Amino acid sequence: MAHKEQYSRRSFLKISGLLAAFAAVPTSVKAFYQDVKQYLIPKKNVSRLTLNINKTSHTLYVDTRTTLLDLVREQLNLTGSKKGCDHGQCGACTVHINGERALSCLTLASMAQGKEITTIEGLAHGKELHPMQKAFIECDGFQCGYCTPGQIMSAVACVNEGHTGSVEEIKEYMSGNLCRCGAYNGIVQSIQKVAAQ
Amino acid sequence: MRPFNFEKVNSAPEALALKSAKSNYIAGGTNLVDLMKKNIAQPETLIDVTTAISNTVENKNTVITIGAMASNNKVATDKTILNKFPLISKSILAGASPQIRNMASSAGNLLQRTRCPYFYDITTPCNKRTPNSGCSAIEGGNRMSAIAGYNDQCVAVHPSDLCISLAALDATVTAVTAEQKEITIPFKDFHKLPDSTPWLDNNLPANAIITKIEVAENKFNKNFSYLKVRDRSSYAFALVSVAAALDLDGKRINDVRLASGGVAHKPWRWYDAEEFLKGKRATEDNFVEAAKLATKDLKPLSENAYKIPMLQGAIVTALKDCLNQ
Repeated sequence: MAHKEQYSRRSFLKISGLLAAFAAVPTSVKAFYQDVKQYLIPKKNVSRLTLNINKTSHTLYVDTRTTLLDLVREQLNLTGSKKGCDHGQCGACTVHINGERALSCLTLASMAQGKEITTIEGLAHGKELHPMQKAFIECDGFQCGYCTPGQIMSAVACVNEGHTGSVEEIKEYMSGNLCRCGAYNGIVQSIQKVAAQ
Repeated sequence: MRPFNFEKVNSAPEALALKSAKSNYIAGGTNLVDLMKKNIAQPETLIDVTTAISNTVENKNTVITIGAMASNNKVATDKTILNKFPLISKSILAGASPQIRNMASSAGNLLQRTRCPYFYDITTPCNKRTPNSGCSAIEGGNRMSAIAGYNDQCVAVHPSDLCISLAALDATVTAVTAEQKEITIPFKDFHKLPDSTPWLDNNLPANAIITKIEVAENKFNKNFSYLKVRDRSSYAFALVSVAAALDLDGKRINDVRLASGGVAHKPWRWYDAEEFLKGKRATEDNFVEAAKLATKDLKPLSENAYKIPMLQGAIVTALKDCLNQ
């Protein structure tokens, strides 16, 4: 009887100990995982931004790391602006910020607050294409089309800036937009066409 | 990219109060955002100083003040700059693309990091990126690297065009230090050679913030040239570049400035060649002699010996261009 009692107490302690251990494991593992994650991957910072894009005000919560390019493409579904190199080397992400051409891949969304941003989607008037968009179609200013939104945004700025005096000047002031299909001649003709209008 | 806090400040003291070794100032972001994407820069806090510092170009008495936040494009197209320092405009327009020139600030241009490919490749040793890890370029791909002022620690070159004209025109850089003290550094002393600390590009005290760049009026606005030799004719970094300016009295050279990019860890002045040309006649023969003098002690690396005759030719061509303005 005494033996039985002793066995029963030990078994109770064993089982309750195991249960306690099982109950404790998930929380400690979870906490440990969180600690390691916090150490290896610092917690992301989210901020509330209000951006004026294509004459519409958007209020969004975004990770501070978000570039203007990722914001317009991923959060606003304005996928016209393209991610070519994502390092400021190709110009496919060109947009206008306060009327000046800029690279949206190197612009932090947090730094674009209070500025007037225009993407390729904001260029046309309703269904009426912008003269530069029409010119690109008429002059074969593209082949695959991936660089085209950036080319057109840059081309509009090139005309506004008045850098259309010669083919050489146009090429110099369009050098930040690469076209791997090599549609450069059509692009230059499109710009000349709009500049002459 | 590592997550970071983002703070926007409206004055230099506010910026200085937030700055530490773990934070970075950000202006145009054209270099820093790229470095952050590649995990080369990993600030815990970014301090947006775009509205904290002046972005104007002002002309008072005989000194032109360029606000640190003035964009490259604003400086290049400013009427006073075009009139009094056209060399500055010409050098800016030789660099980057219209988009980048709209975004990039003047101070940011001074502080941009090298374009040495190993600095951007985090899988390779680089003393500039990771102190005391070694230099991959010295025995590796070094056709773009230095031919002057380098050591076995670092052979990187400074990539700026603007800085070459500012060096030629003896500009000054004014900054406010962490102790709120205003300091002014002559341009020739602003950037440094690799020495034993190649991870530092300049002599700006830690955490200090640049507020303005000043250039005194001079007579180098008539006969000047900025010649940039590169792999493609636009939107590429210099293999070698030459800023040349002559102050002429008829055919006689009263004063001359000659500086180069793409040759050293800092904008490089050719003082011996300048001394040689002073008081002499502006002839091709003298220009050729000056170019020989400038390049006589240069020691190329394994892949960049081509830069020496290229530089000689560029110096002669730039000086001749000065006469055709």
